[in-house]
Amino acid sequence: MEFDPVLLARIQFAFTVSFHIIFPAFSIGLSAFIAVLLLAWRWTKKENFHRLARFWTKILAVSFAMGVVSGIVLSYQFGTNWSRFSEFSGNVIGPLIGYEVLTAFYLEATFLGILLFGWNRFPAWLITLAACLVAIGTSISAFWILSANSWMQTPAGHEIRNGIAYPVDWLQIIFNPSFPYRFAHMVNAAYLATAVVVLAVGARYLLAGRYSEESRTMLRIAVGMIAVSATLQLVIGDQHGLNTLEHQPAKVAAMEGHWSGQDPAALVLFGIPDKEARKNHLEIAIPNLGSLILTHDWNGTYPGMTDFPEDQWPPVAKMFFAFRIMVGIGLLLIAVGFCGLYLWWRGRLFENRLYLRATSYMWPLGFIAILAGWFVTEQGRQPWLVYGHLRTAAGVSPVPGASVASTLALFVFIYGIVFATGIYYINRLINAGPKGQATEAAAGVPNGPLSGAEEATREATGRSPGDGPGASLAPPKG
Amino acid sequence: MEWYLPAIWAGLIGTAVAMYVILDGFDLGIGILFPLTHEEEERDQMMNSVAPFWDGNETWLVLGGGGLWVAFPTAYSVIMPALYLPVMGMLLALVLRGVSFEFRWVAKPSHRMWDIAFAGGSIIAAFLQGVILGGLLQGIQVADRQYAGGPLDWLTPFAIFVGLAVVAGYGLLGSTWLLMRTIGPVQELGRRYAPIFLLAVLAGMGIVSLWTPLLIDRIAERWFSLPNFYVLWPVPVAAALVGYGIWRWLAEGREGLPFFGAIVLFLLGYAGLVISTVPYLVPPHLTFWDTAAVPASQIFLLIGTVFLLPLVFGYTIFVYWVFRAKVGPGEGYH
Ligand code: HDD
Ligand code: HEM
Ligand code: HEM
Repeated sequence: MEFDPVLLARIQFAFTVSFHIIFPAFSIGLSAFIAVLLLAWRWTKKENFHRLARFWTKILAVSFAMGVVSGIVLSYQFGTNWSRFSEFSGNVIGPLIGYEVLTAFYLEATFLGILLFGWNRFPAWLITLAACLVAIGTSISAFWILSANSWMQTPAGHEIRNGIAYPVDWLQIIFNPSFPYRFAHMVNAAYLATAVVVLAVGARYLLAGRYSEESRTMLRIAVGMIAVSATLQLVIGDQHGLNTLEHQPAKVAAMEGHWSGQDPAALVLFGIPDKEARKNHLEIAIPNLGSLILTHDWNGTYPGMTDFPEDQWPPVAKMFFAFRIMVGIGLLLIAVGFCGLYLWWRGRLFENRLYLRATSYMWPLGFIAILAGWFVTEQGRQPWLVYGHLRTAAGVSPVPGASVASTLALFVFIYGIVFATGIYYINRLINAGPKGQATEAAAGVPNGPLSGAEEATREATGRSPGDGPGASLAPPKG
Repeated sequence: MEWYLPAIWAGLIGTAVAMYVILDGFDLGIGILFPLTHEEEERDQMMNSVAPFWDGNETWLVLGGGGLWVAFPTAYSVIMPALYLPVMGMLLALVLRGVSFEFRWVAKPSHRMWDIAFAGGSIIAAFLQGVILGGLLQGIQVADRQYAGGPLDWLTPFAIFVGLAVVAGYGLLGSTWLLMRTIGPVQELGRRYAPIFLLAVLAGMGIVSLWTPLLIDRIAERWFSLPNFYVLWPVPVAAALVGYGIWRWLAEGREGLPFFGAIVLFLLGYAGLVISTVPYLVPPHLTFWDTAAVPASQIFLLIGTVFLLPLVFGYTIFVYWVFRAKVGPGEGYH
């Protein structure tokens, strides 16, 4: 049959990894947020923090489950879909993934169990410790996987013999040139995206006049967090771009829609890149500003698309738009953060309905920016799988297109159902709200308090009597 | 190349796979037993008995697969494409059952769909794991260090049979787990079905033990040539004795012993398979040594593993210990 196995494998990987990254990003951010809330609770003894931590833990439970199952799929897809790549790079990035499993996955999985199911059973310090360990585990996981990915972007510390990569210097492999930037940018992105969700949820409650004490706390934390992390994201992103210019110049040319390397570059605000004509249509641009940003010189030059052979071009138009989506959201979030700070300073943060209404719709923005960023990064690597060493088409498995197509169809079908439902359920948990003041009762009462999410239902129904601040070792009353 | 490094790694990956089969075996087993009751409360209790552990259990699967890539990249990149469809099917089934742990509770009272996803996902995942095992045992075509067969080479009566045997095996682990870790009607359920699964497992093991040597000369020679036979005969005999032991313990109403007996039975079966295939990682072509990563990579991860694996065992024991109390109807751990 006429299926192109390379294209299908790429689509399949892009599809599964895009679903995956949404949940890790949320889990990284939420677990850190919960750890901070619990530490604040232990420190100040304010019940408010405790209620919020419990509330967000139920949501973490659902997000984490989706992150785990979609991640397991990915770890096998390297072999099933990219077996030649696995053989090429196994010696070098295999151990990084091995370290991820040993240092991060077990830590997360074990202590998540304690965090989710221990509230009524274990002392508060153990729950707080478990939350901190889960937060640490998720960032360790990001450390290793991003190191592996960065090695594919900017390979270092290896040598190639007989078409296979061999390790030479592990420190250079792990801390390859783009890794520090990518790690900082991604972890910060996770915190930022989570803060936007927290802000939206707080705004939603305030508008509806529910949980006013909790939502004020959420708003304060989120606004502060967004102002700091969105600004930081711009700074890190700028440095990231400069680093990319050094190591993957064709990627930057495509991101910027910059065609000729002879002239100083304009900063293209909008345009429609045209590969055939080698220019942007409908361009709106600020002359020389692109050069100033990337070379720190008003008349500086950097390579444009036409400086590279066409068979080494990444997909210009897709990257150009994805990059603008990410940066646009970044700038918008900086504005959201500082507007919030201003309103807070004027004492109107909780009353300004325009701000609340606008931010209550913003919850997906961080995730959209994350996906857009990854599309820039990964498509900008094309046509290479390991930049400069292994072409994407050379890394694919000897599996017939029909097999890939049929499993791709299954993925689309099952992920479509599972993840849409998951997001719907998260929304439902958010509607049910933090414990203690639940007003609207959902029908149906579960029996055994063991799933993190189950406790939510139970609390939303008001069935479970408010048991002490987690410190109680008594069994929950069924 | 240092001959011992690949051997150490083979041992480590073998351990990870054994841990996976036992640990995720009993929680997949819970899903396999799900259709055997229709009481919502009993299903809640069954799920509760494994809820804090499943994620950690499944991590052994990631270590097994990831470890294979690290230590034997060539084997990884031959086996995965060869078993493409069953591996993908298993992963999708694991997605469905994994999310059910949380979704089922949020969905209440309309959670039937997630009951089906949990049971169906568990059964399919267990079955396909068996098919993968069978597909590997019966051999994989390799040319030029790449998979050289077709997309359905694995699909044989033998592989299907091994798939069914694994479902029975996980059912045994699941039912003896319920017997050990729960009280009330759910414990009764475990008590009632454990003997049935035990018989199915013993039959399955017996048939696989006869079928493999008939199917594959290399395996016949391994077991039945002299002097091998003198050394190896205790393995099947021990399996038969343990099977009998479990049967007796079940009859005597013991609660904990049958589960540990089932683990030993699994380990013996596993030992049998290892004896049949060693030193091949991709039978009948590639051995541990043919597919190993360079020593530098194997050593780099080994150093970390020496410190981290004991830590991982430490957490695992810790979490099973803190959640050690039996689960009753409508309640959690005490
Ligand atoms: C920036 C972070 C990040 C990125 C880029 C990725 N992951 Fe991930 N992954 C995580 C961060 C994470 C996490 C935060 O550690 C997760 C998400 C939620 C969770 O349960 O753990 C996780 C879970 C997770 C699991 C399940 C772990 C378990 O059993 O507990 C596996 C096997 C993978 N991932 C594998 C991958 C692969 C093969 C990726 C690349 C293609 C990948 N992840 C990208
Ligand atoms: C988690 C966030 C990530 C996202 C959203 C993402 C996105 C994508 C996309 C869109 C593609 C297809 C590119 C194309 O073919 O045009 C791709 C390909 C790929 N990515 Fe990623 N990626 C992510 C992380 C990673 C990581 C961490 C690794 C490895 C450690 C990785 C390895 C690969 C591989 C092997 C391919 C297939 C080969 C290719 O098409 O170049 N990705 N990814
Ligand atoms: C505000 C201005 C921003 C700038 C200048 C910027 C810059 C960049 C650049 C240059 C890359 C590509 C690097 C490469 O592949 O070599 C990138 C990737 C990425 N961006 Fe941004 N970014 C910004 C905002 C954001 C925001 C708001 C988010 C998400 C909340 C985000 C998330 C990501 C992610 C997830 C990636 C892919 C991973 C990586 O390569 O780090 N970025 N960014």
